[in-house]
Amino acid sequence: MAYDQFTILKSSAVPLPLENVDTDQIIPARFLKATKREGFGDNLFRDWRYNPDNSPKADFVLNNPIYSGKILVGGRNFGSGSSREHAAWAIYDYGFRCVISSFFADIFKNNSINVGILPVTVSPEFLDKIFLAIEKDPKTELEVSLPEQTVTILATGEKESFDINGYKKHNLLNGFDDIDYLRAMKEEIGAFEAALLF
Amino acid sequence: MSNQPSTLFDKVWDAHVVRKIEDGPDVFFIDRHFIHEVTSPVAFLGLESRGIGVLFPERTFATADHNTPTINQHLPVEDPLSANQLKALETNTAKYGISHWGLGHAKNGIVHVVGPENGITLPGMTIVCGDSHTSTHGAFGAIAFGIGTSEVEMVLASQCIMQPKPKKMRITINGKLGKGVLPKDAVLYIISQISASGATGYFVEYAGEVFENMSMEGRMTVCNMSIEMGARGGMIAPDETAFAYLKGREQAPKGEAWDKALAYWKTLKTDEGATFDLEYTYDAANIEPQITYGTNPGLGTGISQHIPKAEDVLDGGASYAKSLAYMGFAEDDTIIGKPIDYVFLGSCTNGRIEDFRAFASIVKGRKKADNVTAWLVPGSHIVEAQIKEEGILDILTEAGFLLRQPGCSACLAMNDDKIPAGKYAVSTSNRNFEGRQGPGARTLLASPYVAAAAAVTGKVTDPREFL
Repeated sequence: MAYDQFTILKSSAVPLPLENVDTDQIIPARFLKATKREGFGDNLFRDWRYNPDNSPKADFVLNNPIYSGKILVGGRNFGSGSSREHAAWAIYDYGFRCVISSFFADIFKNNSINVGILPVTVSPEFLDKIFLAIEKDPKTELEVSLPEQTVTILATGEKESFDINGYKKHNLLNGFDDIDYLRAMKEEIGAFEAALLF
Repeated sequence: MSNQPSTLFDKVWDAHVVRKIEDGPDVFFIDRHFIHEVTSPVAFLGLESRGIGVLFPERTFATADHNTPTINQHLPVEDPLSANQLKALETNTAKYGISHWGLGHAKNGIVHVVGPENGITLPGMTIVCGDSHTSTHGAFGAIAFGIGTSEVEMVLASQCIMQPKPKKMRITINGKLGKGVLPKDAVLYIISQISASGATGYFVEYAGEVFENMSMEGRMTVCNMSIEMGARGGMIAPDETAFAYLKGREQAPKGEAWDKALAYWKTLKTDEGATFDLEYTYDAANIEPQITYGTNPGLGTGISQHIPKAEDVLDGGASYAKSLAYMGFAEDDTIIGKPIDYVFLGSCTNGRIEDFRAFASIVKGRKKADNVTAWLVPGSHIVEAQIKEEGILDILTEAGFLLRQPGCSACLAMNDDKIPAGKYAVSTSNRNFEGRQGPGARTLLASPYVAAAAAVTGKVTDPREFL
């Protein structure tokens, strides 16, 4: 599925300073029963966000009106566990376009890029600075520049660079996806396949 | 060709690179693609919206497992959403000419159980599935890992994905596993040592005497849980144990094709002198039956130990306190003797025949504790048939247990098999995340021996007492 282009994102951010946020928390298994990619944002962090009677839990960050924005800031080892792309869909559908952490689980990171969310890995020290800045002022804006590969805390000017694979960066900047690339290689793939033992 | 020593992983990886992209991922060819009802429907919708087909439909295999009920499988599926996903799988596979083992099919079962048992999984292959436990198939010396739905669509469309090559890790366990210590304990021990994120960015090769002596079922259990330490996958060099397991399996090569395959498979091992980016070595003598106490698979310990204090845990801190609060445990508590409510034997981790043999060996001649609800769920119909043929069903029945029908079941609780909020389950599955086995459920991961001991005593019990 092709997605939006990603260039520079300037937004306030929602802090979730917990480690090992697994994809079962991002979207519990019982909400994976759709056959279309729609509406997953309603169940983003379902069990942290709502009580069993569906009333919102006041102490969960998504229910706190002082926090908003298109950037989610998570703790170390964000997105571990299940490969369900529904986790990335839920984050996107809710309105986030970027997730910042000091460490991502591999499959989640891949899935995010494949649905048009930019996963940004920063140092643990810079992650702490971001959390502190948001704690001080929930309206703190961050600027994530994909062309420059930098994250800036606009209030303080503190900035850090992040890595991204050149090919993936090109795709995100242009809104391309891998399937177009792969389909254009059909003959090369066919020849490769024909020469295989199995 | 270079004569540099190389690893098993490099050999299989390099043989599947169709094209290298400058400053980008490899275009990586996939030999076998498994799909199931949950992560494939949106991929098929994607193909449709692009107006393209499936490039090599014979390389994809479909089975229904995540959603399926474990009782009354002959009746229509009650949950309309589950029924809809199962129907979508049936329709999509029929439309594109993909083999489909749906509910009720003689070979139906959990994708990572039926692939190996039917000889679809072979050494040296690349295997993907929209399920993180695809790493299971690495037990045969395959590169196997989980992918997202966008990648499922890529594989259907092109039989390739775009994949950067991970770093390499080797985990060696020397010596022999002690009495009552199963492969599940070996892998839970490793994860507790390196944490739930300790292998992120790596592909793991398991080596050493413990794995060389392990059965294929045991190796599958170990490779299955590689993802629980963050690894992309895990693999073990194929050897005589693997070849003997595969010979004669329905879709394994036969005759001359077998000989040719075998000659190739025998080259699939790490050369002397090949290097890894990271290595860990452990001594089997230090591994006792394991159990988890927290809400990620890295928060586990030997069954005779106390729950560690935050300062002694790699993931200590706010998340650790949250984890213990969710479980209703406290630092320094003993785990032995904790009362439990549920036992789950099954899943792609421990739903194989050896797991049922192990469970039965402990419950034989004993009775299920009255306070325990036990869900015993075979990984496939073939496993179910073996349970009956070997007389294991009789042992289970005499001890007061019922056998359910195959599927993923309470591992992820997408069907009706949900552990109620606040209840404790000793589970042979792979994840103890918050709510994994049902909203509010509290999961203690363990081996089939530990599950059996808990099922007959109603509390966490060291299974070595019964052996």
